[in-house]
Amino acid sequence: MATRAIDFGPERVDEPPHLAAARARAYAMPLDAIDVLDPELWRTDTHWPYFERLRDADPVHYHADGRFGPYWSITRYADIMAVDTDHVRFSSDAHLGGITAKDMDQDFILPMFIAMDPPKHDVQRKAVSGIVSPGNLAHLEGLIRERAQAIFDGLPVGETFDWVDRVSIELTTQMLATLFDFPWDDRRLLTYWSDKATADETVPGNPTKEERQNIMLECLMYFTRLWNERVNAPTPGNDLVSMLAHNPATRDMVPMEYLGNLLLLIVGGNDTTRNSITGGLTFMAANPAEWAKLRANPALIESTVSEIIRYQTPLAHMRRTALVDVNLGGRTIRKGDRVVMWYVSGNRDERVVAEPDRFWIDRPKVRQHLSFGFGIHRCVGNRLAELQLKIVWQEILKRYPRGIEIMGEPGRVPSAFVKGYTSLPVRIPA
Amino acid sequence: MAKITYIAADGSARTLDVPDGESLMEAAVADGVPGIDGDCGGNCACATCHVHVDPAWLAAAGEKSTMETAMLDFADGVTADSRLACQIIASLALDGMVVRTPASQH
Ligand code: HEM
Ligand code: FES
Repeated sequence: MATRAIDFGPERVDEPPHLAAARARAYAMPLDAIDVLDPELWRTDTHWPYFERLRDADPVHYHADGRFGPYWSITRYADIMAVDTDHVRFSSDAHLGGITAKDMDQDFILPMFIAMDPPKHDVQRKAVSGIVSPGNLAHLEGLIRERAQAIFDGLPVGETFDWVDRVSIELTTQMLATLFDFPWDDRRLLTYWSDKATADETVPGNPTKEERQNIMLECLMYFTRLWNERVNAPTPGNDLVSMLAHNPATRDMVPMEYLGNLLLLIVGGNDTTRNSITGGLTFMAANPAEWAKLRANPALIESTVSEIIRYQTPLAHMRRTALVDVNLGGRTIRKGDRVVMWYVSGNRDERVVAEPDRFWIDRPKVRQHLSFGFGIHRCVGNRLAELQLKIVWQEILKRYPRGIEIMGEPGRVPSAFVKGYTSLPVRIPA
Repeated sequence: MAKITYIAADGSARTLDVPDGESLMEAAVADGVPGIDGDCGGNCACATCHVHVDPAWLAAAGEKSTMETAMLDFADGVTADSRLACQIIASLALDGMVVRTPASQH
């Protein structure tokens, strides 16, 4: 595989000024001062050179003063693969902190299978995976397409609007409401709960921990009502709530476990896909040659979708806790240590990914990105996410041969976990 | 080298010469055999190379590792003859082996 010449260093040609400045800073500071969890780096999209430096200089790096406690940053593709596939030595258990760099609230543990180890993880995962089985996806495809078409039909032409709100959020929310058979007019509650569940209270403007927990309990109350309505139905519905209420593996869940698994599906299915829909538009607009390629050959849509998901990396990291001492890349990770796998960095690892910074819709081995994770926790919803993106791009190709104009900079989420957008002004050419 | 026959969900068959040391997933992906994705590049970490091994060849295909068993646990339509093609490495002992690929890997 062709790889880019490895040219690590503080200089690079034709880089936008904000990145060049970040690069200068990233290479000037002592390695130990690097703080890749700083929300500012994510809001301003300037984390890239820090990871590039870590990948090269110290790919298994210990941050002694992490803002959520000490942690290891794993930044190369191969090392991330090694950790992600080693669930025996690296735990996802919520009681040890869970799956994000910031520990889960230990006084408000939400049991969800993404934050469980086998055997409990396996049982619960199987209880929900049916919703994304091939048969069900085929059944959903028509519905998702119809709903997507209605959204596109309603977009203004020749006028600036927010793509995040009108398209990305609306589409993913409708998809989730469909999965849950959620009361249609209340569907934006799903977006609201999803956003609040992952909001870090240490970031100004976000709800406090107590406010966040109260919002989660509101969510639980709402879904408890749906559960009660559906649990005694003579023929169980084909929605996720009914599936959970009727499956022997999940029907005796305690309320917090129900809430945990709901939030897992709401968050999992929501802003990840939403941010891929927004990201894809900005990548395509910035790479007109790729857009021309796709228009000339719509068969490239599937590969385009994978490349968008790699390039976006909607979840920048997942975290594990070491259960024993582990040697990795010449370093010794100690039992109990927090280990952060930076998918966003592994997806740009020049050792494995050819021309990693290039958005390249027909790149070789396009499906081998890290964005869905690997191993027993690999994203359950990956095919559903791909299906939605495929539909979006099919509709865009069909409707907007001249593309969609980006009218300003996107707003970005100040989070080192959910990598995404708050807004994107666009215009459909008249 | 081993001649491996891949039978697709629609019944069509394709026989490949797989060099010793190469996995049945790698050979299939390189040749565009339908129904095999290989998203993790052969790390036994995605289960998108799920195949059904002809019962006559199951023993020759060898034992599953614990990781393979764990990953297969989440694949769709798993049966007693299910294997991950990236974990079956070609050698003369497999010459003539037949595997069936699912319609899709999800
Ligand atoms: C582009 C969109 C998406 C991305 C990038 C994404 C990413 C991820 C990642 C990184 C993981 C953890 C993998 C690991 O720890 O190795 C995960 C797990 C999960 N995702 Fe997704 N996801 C997406 C869409 C979805 C959708 C649409 C759903 C729901 C229908 C979903 C539901 C889940 C669930 C339930 C898990 C937990 C799996 C487990 O622990 O066994 N995801 N996802
Ligand atoms: S290629 Fe991923 S498990 Fe075989």
